[in-house]
Amino acid sequence: MAGISLTSVTKSFGGNTVLHGVSLDIAAGEFVALVGPSGCGKTTLMRIVAGIEQASSGTLRIQGRDATSLRAGERDVAMVFQSYALYPHLTVAENIAVPLAMRRLNAWQRLPLLGGLMPGARATRRRIAGEVAAAAESLGLGALLDRRPAQLSGGQRQRVALARAMVRRPAAFLMDEPLSNLDASLRVQTRREIVAIHRRAGAATLYVTHDQSEALTMADRVAVMQGGRILQVAPPREIYADPADLRVATFIGSPRINLLPGEAGRDGLVRVGDRLIGLRCAARGPLTLGIRPEAFVLAAEGLPARAEAVEFLGESVLLHTRHEASGSPLVLRLPPEAAGRLPASGAALHLGFAPGAALLFDQDGARRRAEAVVAREPALV
Amino acid sequence: MSDLAIAAPHRRAAGTGEAMAAWALTLPAAIAYLLMLLLPTLATAALAFTDYELGLDGFRWIGLGNFAEMLEDRGFLQSLRNTLVYVGLVTPGSIIGALLLALAIEAGTRGRTLFRAVFFLPVVSLSVAMAAAWQYLLHPTIGPLNAALRVIGIEGPAWLSSSDTVLLSLAAIGIWENLGFNLVLFLAGLTAIPRELYAAAAVDGVPSAWERFRLVTWPLLGPTTLFVLTITMIRSVRVFDTVVVLTQGGPNKASQVLLYTLYEEGFTYFRIGYSAAITLVFLGIVLASMWLQTKVLDKRVHYA
Ligand SMILES: Nc1ncnc2c1ncn2[C@@H]1O[C@H](COP(=O)(O)OP(=O)(O)OP(=O)(O)O)[C@@H](O)[C@H]1O
Ligand SMILES: [Mg+2]
Repeated sequence: MAGISLTSVTKSFGGNTVLHGVSLDIAAGEFVALVGPSGCGKTTLMRIVAGIEQASSGTLRIQGRDATSLRAGERDVAMVFQSYALYPHLTVAENIAVPLAMRRLNAWQRLPLLGGLMPGARATRRRIAGEVAAAAESLGLGALLDRRPAQLSGGQRQRVALARAMVRRPAAFLMDEPLSNLDASLRVQTRREIVAIHRRAGAATLYVTHDQSEALTMADRVAVMQGGRILQVAPPREIYADPADLRVATFIGSPRINLLPGEAGRDGLVRVGDRLIGLRCAARGPLTLGIRPEAFVLAAEGLPARAEAVEFLGESVLLHTRHEASGSPLVLRLPPEAAGRLPASGAALHLGFAPGAALLFDQDGARRRAEAVVAREPALV
Repeated sequence: MSDLAIAAPHRRAAGTGEAMAAWALTLPAAIAYLLMLLLPTLATAALAFTDYELGLDGFRWIGLGNFAEMLEDRGFLQSLRNTLVYVGLVTPGSIIGALLLALAIEAGTRGRTLFRAVFFLPVVSLSVAMAAAWQYLLHPTIGPLNAALRVIGIEGPAWLSSSDTVLLSLAAIGIWENLGFNLVLFLAGLTAIPRELYAAAAVDGVPSAWERFRLVTWPLLGPTTLFVLTITMIRSVRVFDTVVVLTQGGPNKASQVLLYTLYEEGFTYFRIGYSAAITLVFLGIVLASMWLQTKVLDKRVHYA
């Protein structure tokens, strides 16, 4: 059964359409990361799922139930905000208790002093306190229960926000760039914690980020969004190695995928300039080849290019070159041992790649499948 | 290294020069402050312990004599009581009124600027001139208020000349005067509340507008409310011009307020020493309320 299911959701602000028919299914217990450039509508989509914003059209189901017009509080979703949105005047324990108190106590029982005298209020409050303590304990917040948010570090605040979201065991979990305010090392550590929480809680999770490494490492599936449309939803490996769209290919991967102009002749054989590269495809006419930086090697024969600059990254070396014929910049990722014997700037060199490593896109950016052929002319590498 | 050794004394010389220049530049302001604020304040404080009267030569130090007299002075005690009643009406009235209006304006989609301008009008208008308008509005026979009451069959009181209603009427005018100012402060305070907190409250299942107000708006408005409270109390303790223009403390001292008594003692009866002592009491009330608010409430509205 689907945890969250969006069908053709659109959203306009005034005349400005931000979401153009988004459909997305997140299974119960699945972790989907939503990535995309700034302003593409990620937050808007998430706010629609949470019920903070109303969709202009389309339907939303949560656990199979139509939630399109339910109030936020009735949707059984929890959300972690980018700014954490903790209540600054409440202690950690009180912050975590809010979603439970709002649901389980009635208006009279919630009153500050009087509330405690209402029948049943004490027992309920005790139970809430127990659950709050358990949630806080599981996130290592046990010692901080009496602090106010202002007395916490960024990472601690972030965990309070997580605890507040998970304490009531929602059917769906929404997180809007929850790690963007943390420093790099804490981010990596918290990533793992979030994945672990997700495993334990088993709620359908939609995780917004514009950090693609976060998306690739954490998610069961990654949804790439651009300009208010979802371009592809697939497991991380597939998104990286088998993108369906040129925009997905260029958005995912750092450094960016190399792009080369090519052409499929009448025989279907793909050429770069006048070189065959050992691929045949069904399309005809101009194509764009996408080749990941790590798919290139320096070879005796291949695409002629000129070296431009070297960047040493530690675990690898980037060699920036320029394709002679088209002038396209091409980047190679090489093992660090190669650093010592790289060609000097301006040197001529040849780039080789396995035919299967080249991804073909037509002029609209749609992916074109190709098969490797044994060329009569010697293939590159 | 040698560079540093040379540079350091140099810089120190420049430092003293700079300090001198700074003192020279602040001198006019410092002198003005001394002559126009500090000395008069100290003089007033000193006079409060004398029996100085304008027109008589010389004075005696009488210690706490003036303060002892106050405790016996029915006029003064009446004015103190009236002032407290006035503050007790105007402060909550104008704060609650302004808060409700601010919430309504904030919740509405249009007309923010219009409403803000309309309610801010009393703040920028001359209160003496507006008092004349109030005199007309509240006039027992030709005033529109009583005319309106007559329509529904009620004979309205003589608002400003009956000792039962005069303080109430002045308080109503005071509320009207303070409302706009407080409203603008509350509107500013409301815009400063992060929208995401309201979104979080909605997701957390806050069931009603009232609960949302209690969970988010009221606590986050705390610093604003404290400031508004302080300002309103100080402004209303200082009530003076409406009293001068509309009632002169009458009828039968029913609208006698602290500053008006101070003014009468000093400028009608020329009892400068006594009036200085009242000034000190007035100052004491203002400072005490400020101290109370900052000490007691400040801790409860700033959550850092
Ligand atoms: N309340 C609003 N009124 C008008 N336009 C809005 C509103 N909220 C968002 N938008 C517009 O919708 C677009 C998408 O915004 P959204 O916040 O969803 O982007 P995002 O993908 O989350 O970006 P980021 O990665 O920077 O957070 C933006 O162009 C933004 O200007
Ligand atoms: Mg966003």
